[in-house]
Amino acid sequence: MILVFADQRDGNLKKASKEAISEGKRLGSALSLPLGVVVLGKGAGSVVDEIKKYGADKVFVSETPDAYSPDLYAEGVAKVAKENGAKIVVFPGTSMCVDFAPRVSAKLEAGLVTDITATEVKDGKLIVRKPVYSGKAIATVEFKSDIAMVTLRPNVFELAESEGAGEVVEFSVEGEAKAKAVKVEMKEAGKVELTEATIIVSGGRGVKGPEYFQNELQQLADLLGAAVGASRAAVDAGWIDHSHQVGQTGKVVSPKVYMAFGISGAIQHLAGMGTSQYIIAVNKDPDAPIFNVASLGVVADLFKVVPALIEEIKKAKA
Amino acid sequence: MNIMVFIKQVPDTETKIKIADDGKSIVEDGINWIVSPYDEFAIEEAVKTKENLGGEVTVVSMGPSRAESALRTALAMGCDKAILLEDAAFEGADAYSTAKALAKVIEKHNPDLIFFGKQGVGNDNTQVGQLVAEMVGIGHIGTCIKLEIDGDTIRGEREIEGGRETIETKLPAIVTAQRGLNEPRYPNLRGIMKAKKKPLEKLTPADLGLNADEVGLAGAKTVYVSLELPPARQAGKKIEVEPEVAAKEIVEFLKNEAKVL
Ligand SMILES: Cc1cc2nc3c(=O)[nH]c(=O)nc-3n(C[C@@H](O)[C@H](O)[C@H](O)COP(=O)(O)OP(=O)(O)OC[C@H]3O[C@@H](n4cnc5c(N)ncnc54)[C@H](O)[C@@H]3O)c2cc1C
Ligand SMILES: Cc1cc2nc3c(=O)[nH]c(=O)nc-3n(C[C@H](O)[C@H](O)[C@H](O)COP(=O)(O)OP(=O)(O)OC[C@H]3O[C@@H](n4cnc5c(N)ncnc54)[C@H](O)[C@@H]3O)c2cc1C
Repeated sequence: MILVFADQRDGNLKKASKEAISEGKRLGSALSLPLGVVVLGKGAGSVVDEIKKYGADKVFVSETPDAYSPDLYAEGVAKVAKENGAKIVVFPGTSMCVDFAPRVSAKLEAGLVTDITATEVKDGKLIVRKPVYSGKAIATVEFKSDIAMVTLRPNVFELAESEGAGEVVEFSVEGEAKAKAVKVEMKEAGKVELTEATIIVSGGRGVKGPEYFQNELQQLADLLGAAVGASRAAVDAGWIDHSHQVGQTGKVVSPKVYMAFGISGAIQHLAGMGTSQYIIAVNKDPDAPIFNVASLGVVADLFKVVPALIEEIKKAKA
Repeated sequence: MNIMVFIKQVPDTETKIKIADDGKSIVEDGINWIVSPYDEFAIEEAVKTKENLGGEVTVVSMGPSRAESALRTALAMGCDKAILLEDAAFEGADAYSTAKALAKVIEKHNPDLIFFGKQGVGNDNTQVGQLVAEMVGIGHIGTCIKLEIDGDTIRGEREIEGGRETIETKLPAIVTAQRGLNEPRYPNLRGIMKAKKKPLEKLTPADLGLNADEVGLAGAKTVYVSLELPPARQAGKKIEVEPEVAAKEIVEFLKNEAKVL
């Protein structure tokens, strides 16, 4: 069996989870193995129908544990994997999975490769690719363990609906948590999540202050249904919260379109957005390194381009 | 409190990466080696905790002899003693066989509180701290940006998509440090001088009760079969026009190339 963990909180199935299930289905077809999906925690039952749309043959559902616990979640996934002879365990690269997947790897004594961007099946074996050294190299990695485990970089693997047997198996995860979530605070509910966004509107030192993030860039993002990102220089200046930082010491994003306003394109920034499909850069310095990677480079003053762009998009959408 | 912090020495992020002739490793000549940036937050939190609650901080690294300089940096920042896991058998490790060796150090010394970085910059596995926690059988708080110690209970905040969550666990426990946890101090001259005299112990697999085939490449569950330069990103169109024209071009691009409008 190919086993995929579906990350959901309170009945919201993450887009990255659907990508992971889609990829699980593709691997299942390549290896002639059925697809199992395991979903845990409060709200798990309510996402089963959505999971089935992506071709699950079996869905293992547990409404327990009541709160996120890295060790109990690991326990639940490891149990399903063992009982069903999982050959490959796939996780979406969400904050939750990155946190507990290694514990599953220790329990199953299985190799885990995180943040992968491609898979390949060769002679019945899984081979994966992962960017390393800030995206300056790509490693091709093989597994020596019987079970192979991966976390997928969000937004890289394509969604694909398909058919599956869709059998539902209920179970529960018992035991005392060693560590667990005692409080969850959602600050930006309803906003597009940076790592899942199709479009990211990002600002750097060139934006010159917090107001421009809150007003113009936010307005542009809202018009495009985009998330707002930032360079470290903007975050360090205190203009925007660190949760928006893109790069080596921030988030790794892979949107369809990354728009960089007043960002020079330092290697540590590129490490976080280099796998974006299209990059649009607006910078007044014609020699800014960001232009070396931009699909569309605009040499101009961002303070003049952004308002014009907002108008132009309004027109296009009217 | 008996505190332990694990650090890794990594190439400076500015380093130009050259792939070696074997096609699966990097050329190490000319690399400037640094303490992995997240591990600096881990060191700072360990030293700060000692300053507040008393105790001792042991800093641990697995790596070749050059990693000694990373340990000296940590000692200069206020750690008290260092352990270097150095042996040819440790080479070629993956996250799993790294964790296997590090877990033994914890089992040998029984620290109360253990810090890791959230990720070693370069290979970016983001897993050694959590692996060790599971191997040792204790709780962990991952990618922690705020830590509170209350007797033998610790609570840490971490970012999740769209918000934050607080994880609670009991000591002994592992915390992996994320940027935001603190501002790492710079080692001063006095610290650097003192660091030279602080004890540094070297351990081999045998010292940890491990066989050579449980560590390094032999104990790894994953192998890098090749390392390649990424396909060079082609720069596209570059324009230098009036703002209104530029805005039109961007909209055209969003519509016709990216097809997101
Ligand atoms: C030539 C070469 C070949 C390699 N081959 C492979 C391979 O085949 N398969 C593979 O998976 N990886 C391979 N690696 C990378 C591997 O050795 C990683 O260093 C190891 O997997 C840990 O990775 P990380 O820093 O990404 O861990 P992370 O999980 O990102 O590290 C998290 C934290 O764990 C701690 N930590 C990590 N490593 C150490 C350490 N050595 N000592 C003390 N604390 C530490 C630090 O606190 C760090 O912040 C290779 C590297 C090289 C240079
Ligand atoms: C270990 C380490 C980790 C790091 N991690 C990260 C990370 O995660 N993310 C990250 O982003 N950086 C990171 N950095 C920092 C990185 O090296 C750069 O310093 C940073 O990305 C620069 O941000 P910037 O492009 O906004 O600022 P700058 O480099 O100052 O660039 C500002 C740009 O704005 C342009 N500009 C100014 N005014 C205008 C205008 N009116 N119109 C148009 N353009 C204008 C300028 O021409 C310039 O190109 C890291 C550094 C280190 C050492």
